Amino acid sequence: MKTTKSEHLKFFFIRNAVPLLFFTISALAIPLSGFSLAYLFEELLIRLSRNAFLVLSLLIPILAGMGLNFGMVLGAMAGQIGFIFVANWNIVGTQGLLLAAIISTPIAILLGWMCGIVLNKARGREMVTAFILAFFMNGVYQLVVLYLFGSVVPISNTDLVLSRGYGIRNVTNLEGMRNSLDNLIPLTLGGVGIPLATFILIGLLCLFIVWFRKTKLGQDMRATGEDLAVARSAGIRVLPTRILAIIISTVLAAYGQIIFLQTVGTMNTYNSHEQVGVFAIAAILVGGATVSKASITNVFVGIILFHLMFIVSPTAGKVLFGDAQVGEYFRVFISYGVIALALVLHAWRRQSDKDRARARFRNTSSAT
Amino acid sequence: MINTIKNFIEDAGWPRILIALFLVFLFVAAPFVDVRLDASVSDTLIRFGMNGVMVLAMVPMIQSGCGLNFGLPLGIIAGLLGAVTSVQLEMHGLFGVFGAMAMATPLAIIFGWGYGLLLNRVKGDEMMIATYVGFSSVAIMCVMWLILPYDSPKMVWGYAGEGLRTTISVEEFWQNAIGDIASFRFGEFFYFPTGVFVFFFLCCGAIALFMRTKTGTAMATVGSNPEFAKANGVNINRMRTLSVIISTVLGAYGIIIYQQSFGFIQLYMGPFYMAFPAVAAVLIGGASVKKASIMNVIVGTILFQGILTMTPSVINSIIQTDMSEVIRIIVSNGMILYALTRVVRGRE
Repeated sequence: MKTTKSEHLKFFFIRNAVPLLFFTISALAIPLSGFSLAYLFEELLIRLSRNAFLVLSLLIPILAGMGLNFGMVLGAMAGQIGFIFVANWNIVGTQGLLLAAIISTPIAILLGWMCGIVLNKARGREMVTAFILAFFMNGVYQLVVLYLFGSVVPISNTDLVLSRGYGIRNVTNLEGMRNSLDNLIPLTLGGVGIPLATFILIGLLCLFIVWFRKTKLGQDMRATGEDLAVARSAGIRVLPTRILAIIISTVLAAYGQIIFLQTVGTMNTYNSHEQVGVFAIAAILVGGATVSKASITNVFVGIILFHLMFIVSPTAGKVLFGDAQVGEYFRVFISYGVIALALVLHAWRRQSDKDRARARFRNTSSAT
Repeated sequence: MINTIKNFIEDAGWPRILIALFLVFLFVAAPFVDVRLDASVSDTLIRFGMNGVMVLAMVPMIQSGCGLNFGLPLGIIAGLLGAVTSVQLEMHGLFGVFGAMAMATPLAIIFGWGYGLLLNRVKGDEMMIATYVGFSSVAIMCVMWLILPYDSPKMVWGYAGEGLRTTISVEEFWQNAIGDIASFRFGEFFYFPTGVFVFFFLCCGAIALFMRTKTGTAMATVGSNPEFAKANGVNINRMRTLSVIISTVLGAYGIIIYQQSFGFIQLYMGPFYMAFPAVAAVLIGGASVKKASIMNVIVGTILFQGILTMTPSVINSIIQTDMSEVIRIIVSNGMILYALTRVVRGRE
């Protein structure tokens, strides 16, 4: 089969449909919104430092062929539990963040291990299962934090506990830790504060991922992702490898949530984790990743394009429709719509590949 | 004897047995904590009638192999559009409810047809895609509710004079219009909405009859053995699309029945999570990802709605805390999770 030049171009457009679409929307909406480029740059810098770690945590399960890890919400829950303890002991600054990370690690490992086992029982439909698992664990999280914290688990800080004597309040104040990582190495360029330490951590994670892909384990995961049966016959213990991929992702998501919340400064105890999965997944897809293939570039391009749209759409909506609410709902639509679109394109492509392979097989067998 | 019990547990699945036992426990415990049984039973029945048709909307798609219909919000949106239009046109009573359904039907058919065509192109990934198609259609409708040209003062925001409200009362239009047909009361607390039950069982009967026709059998074959269906000259994609259309139309009727019992039309993010209770109910009733019957719908809706009705009052009285929300989340999602992990698809 020979591909002509126009087919090549068509292929490029199909492959990059999602980022191109977003680029166009943003390019149209930026002038409408009337924001200055300096403002947009500053906003994007903050959002990049907030979200990059979380979005990067999605890469390894994609490598292992488990699709978009909707179960990263579990990691976010672990990070938040770490924060609750640290807030309870009144530890502030980077020590507080470090301790929160240390506490959340075993919880994230446990949750990730559980998630991995469940997903191994639902091979071929990991995404929808992880998605429901996140809802289910949200119930368990509420049970623990709303009923057991303060009654079974001792919480001494009365600022945290609801007036009835147990259960954590809706909002957990993290003022003592706010921006403590961002400002660890102070740096301002042209009046814009750069969260250098956060970016160093993000850079280290990128290096880790690049290195990890080249290790034996990383190669095993790639083989598992490409073809489970072939990997198994090559002697790879596929099921434990898959569990490990999810554990790594969950732990990274826990750290990501800790970094995210330290820039925000307050934690909605029962809501902060809910949207994490949707936004991270939408971002990586906007960056051109698919269910089976994602790179570090996808992560950064995705965060920039997705959040650019997030910043400009309310004001653009106000200019276009005279109502900021329209833009607000529109960006909710975009977050879910882009996930739907990316999933459809991926499934569609897979099915047409299969059909093409079948047609080719038929041609060769009739020729002989 | 022990083996029979073991087999029974194996067949029914332990989550279902736990849920049934939990419901029995709730009903037994109710009188001891001063919760009125007649009121509880009545509430359960009312909620059964409210939700039954939406749970029934799961059956055609499961039968044709399209999986659990997480895209139910699409049908719900058609129903909402019908309901809102009927209020806009000041349609009252039975005329209003059936008018809403009549207007929702063509919309649901169009939505279902497009949705079916989409699902035919993504075989094997239907459930995840359905979820996000549902989510994004709810979100785009949020924009539409703001800009569609409805202007009845009963529905739009008072100060702006445009944009539909988040909840719209149908009390003076058609609340309980179907439910009050031949309804009766026992004492102060027991109310039975006969009309809703008649409507629900008519829908069930229609689906049961349809499944016995030639088309219905072909549809079930597509779900259980697509290769065999193909070999017999059944057009797989057409059957799947048809099942999606039926599911979507039932979803539209389901939400209208729900509204006429509830008394309010909930717009904007209202329908966002509505697929999940319906999915959980049919699974609790004994359906799997690949197989569902009318009986599953009836049993599942009673069990699930029973738990939802009883937990707030009974558990609240026992431990002085309202844990119903947490129990609802864990029970419904736990059940869906269980069903999803039962069958490993043969793609390894």
